[in-house]
Amino acid sequence: MPEDSIFETKGVKKNFMFVCNKAPYGTIYALEALEMIMISAAFEQHAVIVFIDDGVFQIKKGHNTKSTGMKNFSPTFGVVSMEKEDADEDDEIDMVWRIVVEKESIEARGLSEEDLVLETEVLSSGELSDLMAKQDVILTS
Amino acid sequence: MRILNVVNKSPFERNCLESCLRLANSGSSILLIEDGVYAALGNTAKSTLIKNDQKNLGFYVLINDLDARGLSEAPMIDSISRVDYDGFVDLVVDHDSIHSWL
Amino acid sequence: MAYELNGESYDVDEEGYITDISLWSRELADLIAEGEEITMTDEHWEVVNFLREYYEEYQIAPAVRVLTKAIKKTLGPDKGNSGYLYELFPYGPAKQACKIAGLPKPTGCV
Repeated sequence: MPEDSIFETKGVKKNFMFVCNKAPYGTIYALEALEMIMISAAFEQHAVIVFIDDGVFQIKKGHNTKSTGMKNFSPTFGVVSMEKEDADEDDEIDMVWRIVVEKESIEARGLSEEDLVLETEVLSSGELSDLMAKQDVILTS
Repeated sequence: MRILNVVNKSPFERNCLESCLRLANSGSSILLIEDGVYAALGNTAKSTLIKNDQKNLGFYVLINDLDARGLSEAPMIDSISRVDYDGFVDLVVDHDSIHSWL
Repeated sequence: MAYELNGESYDVDEEGYITDISLWSRELADLIAEGEEITMTDEHWEVVNFLREYYEEYQIAPAVRVLTKAIKKTLGPDKGNSGYLYELFPYGPAKQACKIAGLPKPTGCV
């Protein structure tokens, strides 16, 4: 990397990986991660959105938070899907998105693809590990 | 790409280190800081996490956080190198990217 | 600060967004718009209604790109651009249209 390149970001598009690894409502992290993902869409950044560990519970179907008085942000993942579809179909949008879950994480939690609100690629730890190594920026939240 | 994985949670409280070990690419590094330094101890129920590593990862622990927790003289896992803040900076410079396992 | 309407008081945050979005009404929207020096027309309502429906479904305000695309679809290409939105809401669709629609302030640069 040339010495001054970290300051030369104009016109440079980086590959981001957002690693969602926490259960949805116990802490604010999951919601914050989702906000980060939405902002990266606003800036048309390339992104891999990954759910591992308890993060897979964020996209479990059937959230109903009414009686807890908390905001149900499950519907917002619908926007994540739409952003990906838009990016895939619209040639004017220079953005590539991938949505990934780790096989080991869903299996360990008794879940399968059918239990999830998002259409995802299911990757093994090894495959995910390789994908991680290809990113410019990895953010866990 | 070589990633510097930074782990700051105790392995007794959270599974960040386990996930990091599972997903780290061979040849990349793991730096233990803050409560993450407890994973560097050589005689605990969690010592095997790092001792059993098969991926040839580089392990580092931040001396300052060991000192702060009264662990300077405690038995450490042999494969872990101690670094101070300058060493931390060197590690950051030597790797292509940083992944903080929050 | 709070809006007063028909003897009821509606709390707002420090930037003027109502804090309980379930208390929103068209009358309240008119009052908020007045504070923004906007007279609500059918065109304004089209945007505000779209924002509310979108929020109802996805629990988030749409990005400007999504908003303009939706307007392009319903009102035609000459209105489906951010210039049109800024004509209606001179201080920005996020700052003004979301406020009038009773939605929380969008976090992104919308």
